[in-house]
Amino acid sequence: MAGNDYARNTTLRSPLGRVRGLGSAKGGTHHWWMQRVSSAALLPLTLWFALSAASLAGAPYEVTRDWIGHPLNAVLLLAAIGLAFQHTASGLQVIIEDYANQEWVKVGAILATKAICWLLAIASALAVLRIAVLRVAV
Amino acid sequence: MSIMQDSREATMIGRKSDGTPIRRPLSPHLQVYDMMQLTSALSISGRITGVIWSLGLLMLVWWLVATATGPSAYASVSWFMTSFLGLLGLFGLTAAAWFHTLNGIRHLAWDAGYGYDIPTTYKSGRWVLIGTAVATVLTWLIAIIAWAS
Repeated sequence: MAGNDYARNTTLRSPLGRVRGLGSAKGGTHHWWMQRVSSAALLPLTLWFALSAASLAGAPYEVTRDWIGHPLNAVLLLAAIGLAFQHTASGLQVIIEDYANQEWVKVGAILATKAICWLLAIASALAVLRIAVLRVAV
Repeated sequence: MSIMQDSREATMIGRKSDGTPIRRPLSPHLQVYDMMQLTSALSISGRITGVIWSLGLLMLVWWLVATATGPSAYASVSWFMTSFLGLLGLFGLTAAAWFHTLNGIRHLAWDAGYGYDIPTTYKSGRWVLIGTAVATVLTWLIAIIAWAS
Protein backbone atom coordinates (compact mmCIF):
# COMPACT_ATOMS: atom_id res chain seq x y z
CA MET A 1 0.00 0.00 0.00
CA ALA A 2 1.07 3.56 -0.61
CA GLY A 3 2.00 5.82 2.27
CA ASN A 4 -1.13 7.93 1.84
CA ASP A 5 -3.37 4.95 2.51
CA TYR A 6 -1.69 4.36 5.86
CA ALA A 7 -2.31 7.99 6.76
CA ARG A 8 -6.03 7.68 6.02
CA ASN A 9 -6.51 4.94 8.60
CA THR A 10 -5.92 7.14 11.60
CA THR A 11 -8.85 5.72 13.56
CA LEU A 12 -9.60 2.23 14.82
CA ARG A 13 -13.35 2.90 14.57
CA SER A 14 -15.09 1.61 11.49
CA PRO A 15 -17.14 4.02 9.35
CA LEU A 16 -20.21 1.89 10.14
CA GLY A 17 -19.60 2.31 13.85
CA ARG A 18 -19.56 6.07 13.40
CA VAL A 19 -22.70 6.38 11.27
CA ARG A 20 -24.60 4.22 13.72
CA GLY A 21 -24.16 6.99 16.24
CA LEU A 22 -21.61 5.11 18.29
CA GLY A 23 -18.92 7.69 17.67
CA SER A 24 -18.10 10.74 19.71
CA ALA A 25 -21.12 12.34 21.35
CA LYS A 26 -18.85 14.84 23.11
CA GLY A 27 -19.58 13.16 26.43
CA GLY A 28 -17.84 9.84 25.92
CA THR A 29 -15.38 10.29 28.75
CA HIS A 30 -17.88 11.55 31.32
CA HIS A 31 -18.90 8.12 32.61
CA TRP A 32 -15.28 6.97 32.75
CA TRP A 33 -14.14 10.17 34.47
CA MET A 34 -16.92 10.07 37.11
CA GLN A 35 -15.90 6.49 37.88
CA ARG A 36 -12.35 7.75 38.63
CA VAL A 37 -13.58 10.77 40.62
CA SER A 38 -15.90 8.66 42.79
CA SER A 39 -13.16 6.06 43.32
CA ALA A 40 -10.72 8.74 44.50
CA ALA A 41 -13.34 10.15 46.88
CA LEU A 42 -14.21 6.68 48.16
CA LEU A 43 -10.57 5.88 49.06
CA PRO A 44 -10.44 7.88 52.34
CA LEU A 45 -14.13 7.15 53.07
CA THR A 46 -13.53 3.39 52.71
CA LEU A 47 -10.53 3.52 55.02
CA TRP A 48 -12.55 5.47 57.59
CA PHE A 49 -15.61 3.23 57.34
CA ALA A 50 -13.67 -0.07 57.44
CA LEU A 51 -11.84 0.98 60.63
CA SER A 52 -15.04 2.37 62.21
CA ALA A 53 -17.15 -0.67 61.34
CA ALA A 54 -14.44 -3.00 62.68
CA SER A 55 -14.30 -1.12 65.98
CA LEU A 56 -18.13 -1.34 66.23
CA ALA A 57 -17.98 -5.16 66.13
CA GLY A 58 -20.27 -6.59 68.79
CA ALA A 59 -21.39 -3.11 69.86
CA PRO A 60 -24.76 -2.83 71.65
CA TYR A 61 -27.67 -1.03 69.98
CA GLU A 62 -27.18 2.31 71.78
CA VAL A 63 -23.48 2.53 70.89
CA THR A 64 -24.10 1.85 67.17
CA ARG A 65 -27.07 4.25 67.08
CA ASP A 66 -25.08 7.04 68.74
CA TRP A 67 -22.12 6.45 66.44
CA ILE A 68 -24.31 6.76 63.31
CA GLY A 69 -26.09 9.78 64.80
CA HIS A 70 -22.90 11.70 65.57
CA PRO A 71 -22.88 14.70 63.20
CA LEU A 72 -19.41 13.99 61.76
CA ASN A 73 -20.18 10.30 61.19
CA ALA A 74 -23.62 11.09 59.74
CA VAL A 75 -22.15 13.53 57.21
CA LEU A 76 -19.39 11.11 56.17
CA LEU A 77 -21.89 8.23 55.98
CA LEU A 78 -24.19 10.25 53.72
CA ALA A 79 -21.25 11.12 51.46
CA ALA A 80 -20.12 7.48 51.41
CA ILE A 81 -23.66 6.24 50.62
CA GLY A 82 -24.08 8.63 47.67
CA LEU A 83 -20.63 7.95 46.23
CA ALA A 84 -20.76 4.19 46.83
CA PHE A 85 -24.07 3.72 45.03
CA GLN A 86 -23.03 6.04 42.18
CA HIS A 87 -19.77 4.09 41.77
CA THR A 88 -21.59 0.74 42.05
CA ALA A 89 -24.28 1.65 39.51
CA SER A 90 -21.78 2.85 36.93
CA GLY A 91 -19.47 -0.14 37.53
CA LEU A 92 -22.30 -2.64 37.12
CA GLN A 93 -23.43 -0.73 34.01
CA VAL A 94 -20.03 -1.33 32.36
CA ILE A 95 -20.17 -5.04 33.19
CA ILE A 96 -23.72 -5.32 31.77
CA GLU A 97 -22.69 -3.42 28.62
CA ASP A 98 -19.76 -5.80 28.12
CA TYR A 99 -21.60 -9.07 28.61
CA ALA A 100 -25.27 -8.55 27.71
CA ASN A 101 -25.58 -9.18 23.98
CA GLN A 102 -29.21 -8.28 23.38
CA GLU A 103 -30.23 -4.66 23.37
CA TRP A 104 -33.39 -5.07 25.48
CA VAL A 105 -31.55 -7.20 28.05
CA LYS A 106 -28.81 -4.58 28.24
CA VAL A 107 -31.11 -1.57 28.58
CA GLY A 108 -33.44 -3.39 30.98
CA ALA A 109 -30.63 -4.59 33.22
CA ILE A 110 -28.99 -1.15 33.36
CA LEU A 111 -32.28 0.57 34.22
CA ALA A 112 -33.06 -2.06 36.88
CA THR A 113 -29.57 -1.65 38.39
CA LYS A 114 -29.96 2.11 38.53
CA ALA A 115 -33.43 1.86 40.08
CA ILE A 116 -32.22 -0.54 42.79
CA CYS A 117 -29.15 1.60 43.53
CA TRP A 118 -31.24 4.77 43.80
CA LEU A 119 -33.78 3.15 46.13
CA LEU A 120 -31.14 1.56 48.36
CA ALA A 121 -29.19 4.82 48.53
CA ILE A 122 -32.33 6.76 49.52
CA ALA A 123 -33.28 4.11 52.12
CA SER A 124 -29.75 4.21 53.64
CA ALA A 125 -29.66 8.01 53.65
CA LEU A 126 -33.10 8.16 55.28
CA ALA A 127 -31.92 5.72 57.97
CA VAL A 128 -28.86 7.88 58.75
CA LEU A 129 -30.92 11.09 58.76
CA ARG A 130 -33.61 9.54 60.97
CA ILE A 131 -31.04 8.47 63.56
CA ALA A 132 -29.18 11.80 63.39
CA VAL A 133 -32.35 13.90 63.69
CA LEU A 134 -33.98 11.78 66.41
CA ARG A 135 -30.76 11.98 68.41
CA VAL A 136 -31.23 15.75 68.62
CA ALA A 137 -35.01 15.66 69.15
CA VAL A 138 -35.05 13.14 72.03
CA MET B 1 -16.62 -9.67 7.51
CA SER B 2 -20.24 -10.65 7.85
CA ILE B 3 -23.25 -8.48 8.65
CA MET B 4 -23.33 -7.15 12.22
CA GLN B 5 -25.48 -9.17 14.60
CA ASP B 6 -24.79 -7.15 17.67
CA SER B 7 -24.46 -3.40 18.27
CA ARG B 8 -21.29 -3.97 20.30
CA GLU B 9 -19.55 -5.21 17.17
CA ALA B 10 -19.03 -1.64 16.01
CA THR B 11 -16.57 -1.19 18.85
CA MET B 12 -14.94 -4.54 18.11
CA ILE B 13 -13.98 -3.72 14.52
CA GLY B 14 -10.53 -2.35 13.96
CA ARG B 15 -8.04 -2.01 11.13
CA LYS B 16 -4.62 -3.51 10.82
CA SER B 17 -1.77 -1.19 9.91
CA ASP B 18 -2.18 -2.17 6.23
CA GLY B 19 -5.80 -0.99 6.37
CA THR B 20 -7.59 -4.33 6.25
CA PRO B 21 -10.49 -4.55 8.70
CA ILE B 22 -10.24 -7.11 11.52
CA ARG B 23 -12.43 -8.20 14.40
CA ARG B 24 -11.06 -7.41 17.82
CA PRO B 25 -12.03 -9.41 20.91
CA LEU B 26 -14.27 -7.87 23.55
CA SER B 27 -12.37 -6.74 26.59
CA PRO B 28 -12.21 -8.33 29.09
CA HIS B 29 -12.96 -11.40 27.00
CA LEU B 30 -13.47 -14.51 29.09
CA GLN B 31 -12.16 -17.02 26.55
CA VAL B 32 -9.31 -15.20 24.81
CA TYR B 33 -7.13 -14.33 27.77
CA ASP B 34 -5.20 -16.84 29.86
CA MET B 35 -6.70 -16.42 33.31
CA MET B 36 -3.75 -18.23 34.86
CA GLN B 37 -1.62 -15.16 34.20
CA LEU B 38 -1.37 -12.82 37.20
CA THR B 39 -2.28 -9.78 35.08
CA SER B 40 -5.50 -11.16 33.58
CA ALA B 41 -6.45 -12.96 36.80
CA LEU B 42 -6.20 -9.70 38.79
CA SER B 43 -8.03 -7.84 36.02
CA ILE B 44 -11.12 -10.05 36.14
CA SER B 45 -10.85 -10.20 39.95
CA GLY B 46 -11.25 -6.41 39.97
CA ARG B 47 -14.66 -6.85 38.38
CA ILE B 48 -15.65 -9.85 40.49
CA THR B 49 -14.71 -8.08 43.75
CA GLY B 50 -16.67 -5.03 42.54
CA VAL B 51 -19.77 -7.20 42.14
CA ILE B 52 -19.17 -8.81 45.56
CA TRP B 53 -18.90 -5.36 47.13
CA SER B 54 -22.15 -4.32 45.41
CA LEU B 55 -23.84 -7.27 47.14
CA GLY B 56 -22.02 -6.35 50.37
CA LEU B 57 -23.66 -2.91 50.24
CA LEU B 58 -26.94 -4.74 50.93
CA MET B 59 -25.48 -5.65 54.34
CA LEU B 60 -24.70 -1.94 54.95
CA VAL B 61 -28.25 -0.96 53.98
CA TRP B 62 -29.70 -3.61 56.30
CA TRP B 63 -27.42 -2.51 59.17
CA LEU B 64 -28.35 1.18 58.78
CA VAL B 65 -32.10 0.60 58.29
CA ALA B 66 -32.23 -1.86 61.21
CA THR B 67 -30.48 0.60 63.54
CA ALA B 68 -32.94 3.31 62.47
CA THR B 69 -35.86 0.93 63.07
CA GLY B 70 -35.06 0.00 66.66
CA PRO B 71 -33.44 -2.47 69.10
CA SER B 72 -35.26 -5.61 67.91
CA ALA B 73 -34.39 -5.04 64.23
CA TYR B 74 -30.81 -4.30 65.32
CA ALA B 75 -30.79 -7.57 67.26
CA SER B 76 -31.68 -9.50 64.07
CA VAL B 77 -28.95 -7.89 61.97
CA SER B 78 -26.43 -8.47 64.81
CA TRP B 79 -27.56 -12.08 65.05
CA PHE B 80 -27.01 -12.59 61.31
CA MET B 81 -23.64 -10.82 61.23
CA THR B 82 -22.29 -12.90 64.13
CA SER B 83 -23.65 -16.18 62.75
CA PHE B 84 -21.28 -18.52 60.92
CA LEU B 85 -22.67 -17.54 57.51
CA GLY B 86 -22.63 -13.83 58.41
CA LEU B 87 -19.03 -13.92 59.64
CA LEU B 88 -17.94 -15.87 56.55
CA GLY B 89 -19.71 -13.34 54.32
CA LEU B 90 -18.24 -10.36 56.16
CA PHE B 91 -14.74 -11.87 56.02
CA GLY B 92 -15.06 -12.50 52.27
CA LEU B 93 -16.45 -9.00 51.82
CA THR B 94 -13.51 -7.49 53.75
CA ALA B 95 -11.00 -9.29 51.52
CA ALA B 96 -12.92 -8.38 48.34
CA ALA B 97 -13.24 -4.75 49.44
CA TRP B 98 -9.52 -4.39 50.21
CA PHE B 99 -8.59 -6.07 46.93
CA HIS B 100 -10.91 -3.78 44.95
CA THR B 101 -9.56 -0.72 46.79
CA LEU B 102 -5.86 -1.58 46.34
CA ASN B 103 -6.37 -2.71 42.74
CA GLY B 104 -8.29 0.53 42.21
CA ILE B 105 -5.25 2.54 43.34
CA ARG B 106 -3.24 0.56 40.76
CA HIS B 107 -5.78 1.50 38.09
CA LEU B 108 -5.66 5.18 39.08
CA ALA B 109 -1.86 5.09 38.76
CA TRP B 110 -2.19 3.53 35.29
CA ASP B 111 -4.73 6.18 34.29
CA ALA B 112 -2.26 8.85 35.39
CA GLY B 113 0.36 7.17 33.19
CA TYR B 114 2.48 5.37 35.80
CA GLY B 115 3.50 1.74 36.10
CA TYR B 116 2.10 0.48 32.83
CA ASP B 117 5.16 -1.55 31.76
CA ILE B 118 5.00 -5.33 32.13
CA PRO B 119 7.53 -5.82 35.00
CA THR B 120 5.94 -3.02 37.09
CA THR B 121 2.46 -4.41 36.38
CA TYR B 122 3.49 -7.80 37.80
CA LYS B 123 5.24 -6.20 40.76
CA SER B 124 2.26 -3.95 41.64
CA GLY B 125 -0.06 -6.93 41.19
CA ARG B 126 1.87 -8.91 43.78
CA TRP B 127 1.78 -5.92 46.15
CA VAL B 128 -2.00 -5.75 45.73
CA LEU B 129 -2.27 -9.39 46.84
CA ILE B 130 0.09 -8.89 49.80
CA GLY B 131 -1.68 -5.66 50.76
CA THR B 132 -5.09 -7.35 50.59
CA ALA B 133 -3.96 -10.10 52.96
CA VAL B 134 -2.36 -7.65 55.42
CA ALA B 135 -5.29 -5.19 55.40
CA THR B 136 -7.87 -7.99 55.81
CA VAL B 137 -6.02 -9.48 58.80
CA LEU B 138 -5.56 -6.02 60.39
CA THR B 139 -9.26 -5.15 59.94
CA TRP B 140 -10.29 -8.38 61.62
CA LEU B 141 -7.75 -7.90 64.42
CA ILE B 142 -9.41 -4.56 65.18
CA ALA B 143 -12.85 -6.21 65.02
CA ILE B 144 -11.80 -9.06 67.35
CA ILE B 145 -10.20 -6.65 69.84
CA ALA B 146 -13.34 -4.46 69.77
CA TRP B 147 -15.56 -7.49 70.20
CA ALA B 148 -13.58 -8.86 73.15
CA SER B 149 -13.51 -5.56 75.04
